[in-house]
Amino acid sequence: MTQDYIRQREKRTGWMLVIPAVLLLLLVYAFPILRAFWLGFFTENLSTNLQPEFSGLENYGRMVQDGRFWQSIGNTAIFTVFSLLFELILGLIIALALDQAFRGRGLVRTIAILPWALPTALIALAWRWIFNAEYGVWNDILVRLQIIGDPVNWLGDPNWAMVSVIAADVWKTTSFVAILLLAGLQSISQDLYEAHSIDGATPWQSFRQITLPLIAPQIVIAMLFRFAQAFGIFDLIQVMTGGGPGGATEMVSIYIYATVMRYLDFGYGAALVAVTFLILILVVALAGLGLKRLQANAE
Amino acid sequence: MAKLELQNLTKAYSQKIVPVKDLSLSVEDGEFLTLVGPSGCGKSTILRMIAGLDQPTEGRVLIGGKDVNPLAPGDRNIAMVFQSYALYPHMSVQQNIASGLKLRNLATGDIQKRVQDASRVLGLDPLLDRRPAKLSGGQRQRVALARALVRNPDVFLLDEPLSNLDALLREQVRADLKQIFEDQQSPVVYVTHDQTEAMTLSSKVAVLSDGYLQQLGSPNEIYKTPANRFVASFIGSPQMNIIPLERVNNAVLLGDSKVDLPTNLPAKSSVIMGIRPEHLRLPREGDHQIVQGNVFLVENLGMSDLISLRVHGDDNLTLRALLPSDATWSRENLKLALPPESIHWFDTETEARLN
Amino acid sequence: MTTVTKPTAPTPSSTSDSSIPWKRILLWLAIAFTVIFSLAPVLWQVLTSIKTNAAITADPTVYFPGLDQLTARHYIDLFRENQFQIYIINSALVSVISTILCLALGSPAAYALARLRIPGEQLVLGAVLVVTLFPYILLFLGLLEIVRALGLANNYLALIVPYTAINLPLTILVMRSFFQQLPKDLEDSAKVDGYNTLQMLWQIVLPMTLPALVTTGILAFIFAWNEFLFALTFMTRESMKTIPVAAAQLGGTTLFEVPYGPLAASTVVGTLPLVLLVLFFQRRIVQGLTAGSVKG
Ligand SMILES: Nc1ncnc2c1ncn2[C@@H]1O[C@H](COP(=O)(O)OP(=O)(O)O)[C@@H](O)[C@H]1O
Ligand SMILES: [Mg+2]
Repeated sequence: MTQDYIRQREKRTGWMLVIPAVLLLLLVYAFPILRAFWLGFFTENLSTNLQPEFSGLENYGRMVQDGRFWQSIGNTAIFTVFSLLFELILGLIIALALDQAFRGRGLVRTIAILPWALPTALIALAWRWIFNAEYGVWNDILVRLQIIGDPVNWLGDPNWAMVSVIAADVWKTTSFVAILLLAGLQSISQDLYEAHSIDGATPWQSFRQITLPLIAPQIVIAMLFRFAQAFGIFDLIQVMTGGGPGGATEMVSIYIYATVMRYLDFGYGAALVAVTFLILILVVALAGLGLKRLQANAE
Repeated sequence: MAKLELQNLTKAYSQKIVPVKDLSLSVEDGEFLTLVGPSGCGKSTILRMIAGLDQPTEGRVLIGGKDVNPLAPGDRNIAMVFQSYALYPHMSVQQNIASGLKLRNLATGDIQKRVQDASRVLGLDPLLDRRPAKLSGGQRQRVALARALVRNPDVFLLDEPLSNLDALLREQVRADLKQIFEDQQSPVVYVTHDQTEAMTLSSKVAVLSDGYLQQLGSPNEIYKTPANRFVASFIGSPQMNIIPLERVNNAVLLGDSKVDLPTNLPAKSSVIMGIRPEHLRLPREGDHQIVQGNVFLVENLGMSDLISLRVHGDDNLTLRALLPSDATWSRENLKLALPPESIHWFDTETEARLN
Repeated sequence: MTTVTKPTAPTPSSTSDSSIPWKRILLWLAIAFTVIFSLAPVLWQVLTSIKTNAAITADPTVYFPGLDQLTARHYIDLFRENQFQIYIINSALVSVISTILCLALGSPAAYALARLRIPGEQLVLGAVLVVTLFPYILLFLGLLEIVRALGLANNYLALIVPYTAINLPLTILVMRSFFQQLPKDLEDSAKVDGYNTLQMLWQIVLPMTLPALVTTGILAFIFAWNEFLFALTFMTRESMKTIPVAAAQLGGTTLFEVPYGPLAASTVVGTLPLVLLVLFFQRRIVQGLTAGSVKG
């Protein structure tokens, strides 16, 4: 066997090109996560003068009993499920519309991706203004349409506050779902629809039997991305409600942030990060398996 | 200018994929070697190993007697023309042609002179400032050639340079290529799956199949004395008639006809007979090996007719023959002569040539 | 990268006089919904930002302000009193530098992952894919410790480094899928011509890569411009804040009189660069997003 000089050069160059990026990823992704798992076994808060003291599983024991933690998990779950559900439905409608040929399609597409591109924190400000109890335009519209009699305090009422932040999130991220689904729709050959309609299928049947199965992978991918983002949602909530009123919209991320930045409880905050990470990875792994199966079915 | 030698070259991508097996050959200065074989037989792989784009699993590549295995492609002083031409899309024709020279720090005047020379030979003068995207397929092909020529390399490598051209243009460029490379001193290795290109261009042809070198020789040798059944059927158009036959004493039976075997064949019970369609002819005075049959298909090729004949006495046996189109013959009971000197004999098992 | 422009079957627009073209009506309803849904909240901000305080709080709500109800006051305030130009510069600086760094680090890595066979390649790719899913809240505690340990609080580096990193996975995925589509012969030809790897990347590959770099750069810029959590945590000094944080904290300062006008103006100012990006580069953004997630 001769020396493979080319391979060696290739390996050396390859690593030279990859290593800077890998190091940065290790620093910004791997270190914080590993650090959170490590620090989760310590108590480091005001009672220990912000010095880490090993305390084993104490943080995790505390978490089990922590009603505020469980409430934030519940809030996050509700927020995530409803956001994703509405985004999927609306995103699909928009994608289906944008997949058709019509005049001005380019412009409509541009408009449709606008919400995705705008800063969430600023969008949260915009929606806080729209949902304003006194001067908000949403109240004005509903009153004028006589859907409600008196103005609603959208962000001040626990239930309506959750509805409001979900609405804002749906507005912000539906375009992302639509973009991904549109890519899926565009990869479906028109011939399939024509053959199917010659066979006598109605548009609805075509949608059920061709469109949905063929864009299933894109749906899963879009939902996977959206799940991760919604599960870790921070800026929207922080700016719109700050987690209020009375913790009604407090998500895990808001709770983690408060634990660390307000209560200076680093050990417990780290444990919260670790558990959130595990939940996320678990769901992602399940979705990944589902995606594999879908792709296997497609072949 | 330097002799190119390949010694026991083997390339294995994996246990199963071994596209080049123990290949040894050499190409002298001024020689034009063509590697020909069916698609996937490892031709490009050989070229890429010579260029240094792939490393041989075993064996050595020598240029001018020097082992170039440890050298990077750019240090081997070779020039290569790719099937896709691989012109840099963001550079003008001029810059494309000069790119390899610039890297070698040649004086600007020298570069200009070489580019001008190549451009004149290939008729690229009016195109020098264009981008590749603005060129036709034939023009791109010539730019790629110019880029190789200006380099004055030790070895020229060309990987199916004509296969992206349409048929008419291909024939013309083939003639141009022949002229251009007749003036070059360096060895040329040319890859093609087209046997016509191989036969017309080369001073030496290497027929490859299944990773093995099947035969190495002048086009004439390859045509007249194919080394085995594969070469016999791959080279020549229309394809040679290849007929496995049982042996009866010192002859074989072709339907009702008897064909004598040459005297020096080893004694085996069966043998493969091969005869090219262009060598079958209407019988003349003194022909004694005659086969008779009914014509079931006539294909007009212009200068000649390609006829398919079902041999009397064996319905499964068909022969194809090329007859001048001005000849007269009848479809029923057509008689054709088999000139003994044009018959090839191959071993049934090894498929190697016997006579 | 070419976009798929699929020949859409001619829709039966005028099938017959008796039947109503339901498909067409549905389509236009969906389009109208899309446009209103996407634009209305933004337009409402714009409108609020140019209304006088009286018009903003007027009852009934003013949808079509008269000339006397319009003002540029809020924008003037924003720059005179709130020094918004500082935040814009901060945001721009951090976003542009991190975008350039990200392309400089990510493209070579993407090239190596697309073209060169290196041991551990699958591992790196898998990690990059998974990491795109991590919400920033998982990272901020660890990063905060680093920032504190290195004394980087209120230093641009505290944002530039994480922003570069959070955009790396997307950059690597998009650029890799682009490199894979490049014809390999060009690189082989460059090698034979005598380019070494770096020369080849710089002189042959890079010029062909410019469109993809623009696409990726736009996405990275958007993500960096929009980031909130790290900016909120690592930049506490007023002069170092970025637009999203500064805008969000506008309202929090005065308890009694919420500055609705300046708030609306600040959202308009903060979103304007992105609106322009979307207007000019809609196609590229879509390409980049789909290449980064679907092809992965
Ligand atoms: N990088 C590679 N990895 C694995 N197999 C390869 C690679 N390159 C070529 N092959 C295989 O090697 C064989 C020979 O390929 P090639 O030399 O390109 O054939 P040709 O040029 O004669 O058509 C083919 O079967 C091809 O699939
Ligand atoms: Mg080939």
